[in-house]
Amino acid sequence: MTAAAIVLNEVSRAFGAVVALDRVSLEIAAGEFFALLGPSGSGKTTCLRIVAGFDEPDSGRVLLDGEDVTHAPPFRRDVNTVFQDYALFPHMTVTDNVAYGLKVRGVASAERLHRAREMLDLVRLGEHGARRPHQLSGGQRQRVALARALINRPKVLLLDEPLGALDLKLREEMQAELKGLQQQLGITFVFVTHDQGEALSMADRVAVFSQGRIEQLDTPRALYNRPRTAFVASFVGSANVVTAEVARELTGRPQAFAIRPELIELAPVDTALADGAVRCAGTVLDVLYHGASSRCRVRLGNGTTLAVARPEQATAVPGLAAGAPVQLAWRPEHAVPLQD
Amino acid sequence: MRSRAYSMQGRSVFYFALLLAPPLLWLGIVYLGSLFTLLLQSFYAIDEFTARVVPQVTLATYEVLLTRPAHIDIILRTVAMAVAVTLAAAVVAFPVAWYMARYAGPRLKALFYVGVMLPMWTSYLVKVYAWRLMLAKQGIASWGFDQLGLTGTLDRMLAVPVVGGPSLASSYLGMFVVFVYMWLPFMILPLAAALERVPASLLQASADLGATPNQTFRHVVLPLALPGLAAGSIFTFSLTLGDYIIPSVVGAPGYFIGMMVYQQQGTAGNLPLAAAFSVVPIVLIASYLALAKRLGAFDAL
Amino acid sequence: MRSERRRPPRWERASPLTKVAAAAGLLFLHAPVWVIVLYAFTTEDRTYQFPPPGLTLHWFEVAFARSDIWAAMRLSLLVAAAATLLAIVLGTLAAFALARRSFRGKESITLLFVLPIALPGILTGLALLSGIRTLGLEPGFWTIVAGHATFCLVIVYNNVVARLRRIPASWIEASGDLGARGHQTFRYVLLPQIASALLAGGMLAFALSFDEIIVTLFTAGHRQTLPIWFYGELFRPRERPVTNVVAVVVILVTVAPILGAYWLTKPDENESG
Repeated sequence: MTAAAIVLNEVSRAFGAVVALDRVSLEIAAGEFFALLGPSGSGKTTCLRIVAGFDEPDSGRVLLDGEDVTHAPPFRRDVNTVFQDYALFPHMTVTDNVAYGLKVRGVASAERLHRAREMLDLVRLGEHGARRPHQLSGGQRQRVALARALINRPKVLLLDEPLGALDLKLREEMQAELKGLQQQLGITFVFVTHDQGEALSMADRVAVFSQGRIEQLDTPRALYNRPRTAFVASFVGSANVVTAEVARELTGRPQAFAIRPELIELAPVDTALADGAVRCAGTVLDVLYHGASSRCRVRLGNGTTLAVARPEQATAVPGLAAGAPVQLAWRPEHAVPLQD
Repeated sequence: MRSRAYSMQGRSVFYFALLLAPPLLWLGIVYLGSLFTLLLQSFYAIDEFTARVVPQVTLATYEVLLTRPAHIDIILRTVAMAVAVTLAAAVVAFPVAWYMARYAGPRLKALFYVGVMLPMWTSYLVKVYAWRLMLAKQGIASWGFDQLGLTGTLDRMLAVPVVGGPSLASSYLGMFVVFVYMWLPFMILPLAAALERVPASLLQASADLGATPNQTFRHVVLPLALPGLAAGSIFTFSLTLGDYIIPSVVGAPGYFIGMMVYQQQGTAGNLPLAAAFSVVPIVLIASYLALAKRLGAFDAL
Repeated sequence: MRSERRRPPRWERASPLTKVAAAAGLLFLHAPVWVIVLYAFTTEDRTYQFPPPGLTLHWFEVAFARSDIWAAMRLSLLVAAAATLLAIVLGTLAAFALARRSFRGKESITLLFVLPIALPGILTGLALLSGIRTLGLEPGFWTIVAGHATFCLVIVYNNVVARLRRIPASWIEASGDLGARGHQTFRYVLLPQIASALLAGGMLAFALSFDEIIVTLFTAGHRQTLPIWFYGELFRPRERPVTNVVAVVVILVTVAPILGAYWLTKPDENESG
């Protein structure tokens, strides 16, 4: 078992009456690509800032590589941050920005420039050293911020919503690039995001935050297939959440569960369905076309709405439009029981 | 905010011209016209015998301005004071502006702003008068030095040649203090505005990369505060260069540019020389602006 | 964007030295004004003795009885009123003309509107004086007003133009779209919005004119505004504490409109929409 790079122990932080973090504990292993996922206000950014040293917890401890750094200022932690707005110094060139971390440590000028050039080559911006931040595109600025944070060879790299300002295509490119970079360098990456798709595609493990607490800490696959709470189920992958009362009607047992839209089968009312499936009848509310699939919302007799995702290749259902009566079915083992 | 450029169609142009004409005419005729006559005056000369202005373009007045050692003295003295005041104002203003921009909470910040603006808008003459009283021999300043047991220090300060004098109110030292006081808000406000524009994330990034607070100040804050300092220094520099009231109320007998201008157009009746003297601050300020721009003071904008 | 009030961590709080320096700077700015106010109540009438031997309202009575002070005060108020009126009209016209349009020469004209406050006062004063002499005029009430109006109009212009620029173009378009003609848009949409800026600009202009000395000394000839009277007192004081009383009055008359203008132009939540 690799040694833990970051340990948070019962960390709490409140701003006035608002509780940002409520006794949060977690361990991040060295060399891991870790994601802090959650909606805004869930505490994930506060968590990151406490690890970086820009904020102090009200209680609890922060350990980096076994050393207690709870009250240490940022310039004494072996952690570097890529900021959401990149925070590039506008009055310095790209090279000077990247070399800054070495400059304040007293590294000689020649060596500084050499290593800065190395880092810029690593992020494929080697030719842009003499430019100023305002002359670069958003994606380029992000890479400069990355190079600048990595030049100190920190043990941990923190990224605060790194891809938020980029458009879709660029974001997907950067996701792959970040993943590749992390594996190449072997550094622990911890990044904050509200985009569950991002977290799922890049991270080794994800901590899902809600209202200052970690609801579930697991690998992406486990989070998607076996969410533990209704919040995780709906936030990661937008599963349908069925309450205990409705569950009792459908299955006979009062156990709340989640069922993924793509695992529900939709068929006309008079079609025969597989044995052993849980079934129910409802009316279509609307059908939204998403290209590779269509998303269909169906209202059941008891008022619950379920979302069904049907791939484009599925057998066409004649008359599938708002108001049409349909029946839904799913295999009982696909329903994930929720603790709540 | 996008500003729309309206295309100039017939009626629109008419209304536009109608709106702009009166103020433009006023400024153009009253103001620009006067400036022009002043400039013209500086190219005239005064006839030594009749003591009247000869309306013929000549460089004689400028020659008189720039070749008499007494005149050069005056110019140098004024510039030296302007530079000293600018430097001192920058040093005193920085903590105030820095605290206002970075550490004060919203209520405290508003209080600071009002606190800086109130003295700024208080009557200029009242402030000069107040200092005259405070710096006089039995005034508050000497009472203060007395209370702190520093009368000896005060005497030693006043004994320094050139800047000293019989009392604070009649020494360059006293004049210097009054100048710094008067223009301090003009340095604080642009500086605070510039400091406020520095995003907090830059300071955090600097600390994150390993810089101590001192290093962050030197490498990040100061360069980004430069436009604010430059803007403030333009105020202090030009206001000091052109002032004629403060040197006549507080300070040693030496003449300053402003005083020369006032005197030459008044009792001496030499309007051309007065005009020539008043051109000097303009040239100096323009050169200062050009120098500041060349040195990159406005780059970070 | 974080908007919660953070208690900054230990290393980020202001050092005691900064706090003391900031407070000292602020104190330095305020001390002289309060000193003068104190001196207006002193019983001592000859020296600038500190601490004042006693406090009294006697000098206020004496000041109110002096006719030369009242004459100067009256002139200052009249000049300020006239200059402010001129400034409001001219400044507003200019603001409307220049707020949004771009045209060749706009930069030069904008520069022209900054010059009166950018150039040293002595230059403006001397220029106006030489202009007066060239035209063969006699310095008097109207020359004083002309000088004041010149930079007062710049003040009003700056206030109104800043406010106009904050009005989204879409408002004007919406008004036109709903059928309003130009002057109706002006009356119902624009005027209410700029009213506060206009008032603020006017108040600032008034205070500026009332207190003006640098240019006025050149353009006043033999007339005496209150600042000119004050200036005379600096050299040949008749009764020093009376001067102090006048100083207090001047402070009050100029500070009140300044505060009012500030309060009016504070950006408030009712603007955006």
